[in-house]
Amino acid sequence: MTDTATTTLTKKDFVSDQEVRWCPGCGDYAILAAMQKYMADSGADPANTVFVSGIGCSSRFPYYMNTYGFHTIHGRAPAIATGVKVANPDLSVWIVTGDGDALSIGGNHLAHILRRNLNVNILLFNNEIYGLTKGQYSPTSPVGTKKKSTPLGSVDRPFNPIAFALGCNATFVARSVDTDAKHLTRILAAADAHQGTSFIEILQNCVIFNKDFYNKVVDRSVRADMTVDLIPGEKIVYGADKDKGLRFTASGLDTCGVDDAEVWDPSTATVSQAFAIAQLDTDPDTPKPLGIFRAVDAQIYDESVREQVQDAVSTKGEGKIEDLVYSGDRWTVG
Amino acid sequence: MTKIETPGADLPLQQLERVVIRFAGDSGDGMQITGNQFTQTSALFGNDLATLPDFPAEIRAPAGTRPGVSGFQLQFSSKDIHTPGDAPDILVAMNPAALVVNLGDLKAGGTVVVNTGAFKANDLKKAKLDKNPLEDGTLDGYRVIPVDINARVLDALVDSPLKTKDKSRCKNFYTLGLMYWLYSRPLEATITWLHEKFKKRPELVEANVLALKAGFNAGDIRELFQGQYEVPKTDELPAGTYRNMMGNDAIAMGLVAGAKMAGLTPVLGSYPITPASTILESLASYKHFGVVTMQMEDEIAAICAAIGASFSGSLGITSTSGPGMALKTEAMGLAISAEYPLVIINIQRAGPSTGMPTKVEQSDLLQAVFGRNGDAPVPVISCSRPSDAFQLTIDACRIAVQYMTPVILLSDNFIANGAEPWCLPDIESFKPFPVVFKTDPEGHQTFARNEKGARAWVKPGTPKMEFRIGGLEKDVEGNVSYDADNHQAMTNHRHNKVAAVAESIPTPELDGPDSGDLLILGWGSTVGILTQAVETVREDGASVSRMHLTHIWPFPKGLDEIFSKFKAIMVPEMNMGQLTRILRGEMPQHNFIPFTKVTGQPFLTTEVVAKIKNVLEG
Repeated sequence: MTDTATTTLTKKDFVSDQEVRWCPGCGDYAILAAMQKYMADSGADPANTVFVSGIGCSSRFPYYMNTYGFHTIHGRAPAIATGVKVANPDLSVWIVTGDGDALSIGGNHLAHILRRNLNVNILLFNNEIYGLTKGQYSPTSPVGTKKKSTPLGSVDRPFNPIAFALGCNATFVARSVDTDAKHLTRILAAADAHQGTSFIEILQNCVIFNKDFYNKVVDRSVRADMTVDLIPGEKIVYGADKDKGLRFTASGLDTCGVDDAEVWDPSTATVSQAFAIAQLDTDPDTPKPLGIFRAVDAQIYDESVREQVQDAVSTKGEGKIEDLVYSGDRWTVG
Repeated sequence: MTKIETPGADLPLQQLERVVIRFAGDSGDGMQITGNQFTQTSALFGNDLATLPDFPAEIRAPAGTRPGVSGFQLQFSSKDIHTPGDAPDILVAMNPAALVVNLGDLKAGGTVVVNTGAFKANDLKKAKLDKNPLEDGTLDGYRVIPVDINARVLDALVDSPLKTKDKSRCKNFYTLGLMYWLYSRPLEATITWLHEKFKKRPELVEANVLALKAGFNAGDIRELFQGQYEVPKTDELPAGTYRNMMGNDAIAMGLVAGAKMAGLTPVLGSYPITPASTILESLASYKHFGVVTMQMEDEIAAICAAIGASFSGSLGITSTSGPGMALKTEAMGLAISAEYPLVIINIQRAGPSTGMPTKVEQSDLLQAVFGRNGDAPVPVISCSRPSDAFQLTIDACRIAVQYMTPVILLSDNFIANGAEPWCLPDIESFKPFPVVFKTDPEGHQTFARNEKGARAWVKPGTPKMEFRIGGLEKDVEGNVSYDADNHQAMTNHRHNKVAAVAESIPTPELDGPDSGDLLILGWGSTVGILTQAVETVREDGASVSRMHLTHIWPFPKGLDEIFSKFKAIMVPEMNMGQLTRILRGEMPQHNFIPFTKVTGQPFLTTEVVAKIKNVLEG
């Protein structure tokens, strides 16, 4: 590198030459735009950035980013990304996945990448429906979802993606909404800054098969009362006048006035406190939590894997093939 | 049948050309260690040798039962040998189950060393025996050497601070000592090994060395055997430096060497599975060679991590066995479509499904060559023996990076766990194949191809070369394409690229005349048995030639011409005729005769000899 000023990139520099083929009105457009802008504003290097995805509508995302991209197979993006990152820890790796990709077919890999704390960012677009296969219920659809494969209503209980991630001991867990670019950008920045696996659930509108499913919480008319934003260092308050708060009690979580509201610190809160907040989802009368549920430091998988190799090389000296083959008990003939 | 009164009792001290010994006991008795120690000592002594471990999949099946029997057969010789031997000359049986399970394989008039201390009523019951085989005539016709090993070990260790249970666990080294005396083997290598193995437990070193020496001395003092044998060192092995080698270890070393020759970091994604796990374990111990290993959450994650590593510019590797291959299938298709180097190792075991995890079979060949959705060709290579696995693994790495393709390297349980002397290669003699990553964006197209049909490899991190790739069909620019002509063209490219690998592999050498009535065509771990069988029938005057395939897909060039000079080509394999099917599909003009066996055990030389004679007699 020279010390001359580097060229400042704009959002356009992160837009690939591919025609975007999501349905008109799809929430993915807003997320893509927010990401492209965030990349430019944060000074990301396209050559050093990789988007890895699985299968599904959301997984087309890498084609539209003018960075390196790998559109892989259903559910396996976390496993592929593990190899990408361990082989080159200098890369900035982003995984884009959906509720079916991450929590049905790829549930195992999602659990394990979170457990390992690989230093990557995961964006889970949750629209509570299978879009690419034309509208079957997903593992995040509420019980009773009537779709083509469940004409009498689904009977299996859904995953709460935030609770899932917390249960896997994820080190960064957050939730945002496709239509709120400002909020989403703030969460992307926090995720990007976090060292370790950053998991973001993004509520995303599928206008064809599950249109406006989230309007009961994110529609402008109700949003202030039906969502609560977890902002590090600020009190947990909500409502149009910010007059309602949440506080921890011996039995879990309780609503309260602003004065008694808890000051939220996702780096010191226990998993059970974060989990208690995540469980607000199950009650239609309580606000749906957004923002940062957890942000803690822990050992990072890709760093540790590489460190073991570097330590072995520096302790034992770099091995040569001859040393490997010409070792052990040997004897000579002739 | 004539009853031999005291068979073998009057044998003088004698030199033998070759001995086949089988150690058999409970899976907790340490028979694999005993066999491996005898092997290592015989290798260092200078014998040629071949081994056949045969153990249950259960780590500790109920003690004393027939399913819990673990065996280790070894042939050691002063001559050049190719197999672990059909029938043992001597059986060491540590308990009734081991005796009855293995006795049928013993040579007529063979010797049985039997641990009489393990033949109490309860032991017989566990082995489902109504009568004591030591007393009911079962052993008539064999030379029986009864030793109460259980008691003798405790006698030898009377002063040891170990608990009685731990003292008893030294009985395999007592047994090994006995056999070392009988075959005039030195103890030093095993003593050194014990010091290394238990360096943090000196009391275990002391007890096991004591047991080993007590066994050795017992042979001498107690005159158990009426004489000693000696198998002189062989002078038939080519000059060179040797070490004893097992197949999985050779593959692990070959991966390190292959990656170095490509100038790449080897990155293994793997999931433990019998009998492939030792490749993961060995590579994990090679970190100072720059090896990166990841034990992933499942077989799919293992291959996906390897593909991700190749995407980043490392050499992705995954190791598994048949059921794991089935799980990896979809991901292989991704690597084929995106055209990334990948080395996939399948240590075959008996199938289908879980099958018999510790038994040998060659039944994943069709899976390797054809087992994917879509037209999804990959090169397939097979090791034949521990001593060719190193070089073939390097060749798998070479093909993977030169042709930008996954390569499947097959081995099997017999090669993985069998051992033989390996003449160490001159590393300088290998021609490196360094990868050159493309960094020049000028006129670059993702799927532009070189003269081999391979696309260029671009690493993320390279400026101005950003690309998007994946499992959707792409055009030459790397853009998603559902265009009809493009799909035909890309399918042709992938097909032709793999076919072109034939240009870079040697035509196998013929063993024997280049024309005749019969060619024996083998692949994989049958090589030793087929070599021995062909030598045997030639001694009887038959003119039979032999060829062994290591590169199976694509076939090497020149086979058609070679085959055309034989009236028939017999294809022995441990499956229901999979190579025969491929050969008939590719070269229907030749007369292929399948010869199959799927018992979970290797062919016996005698079986192959009989089949050859049968075919020759028409």
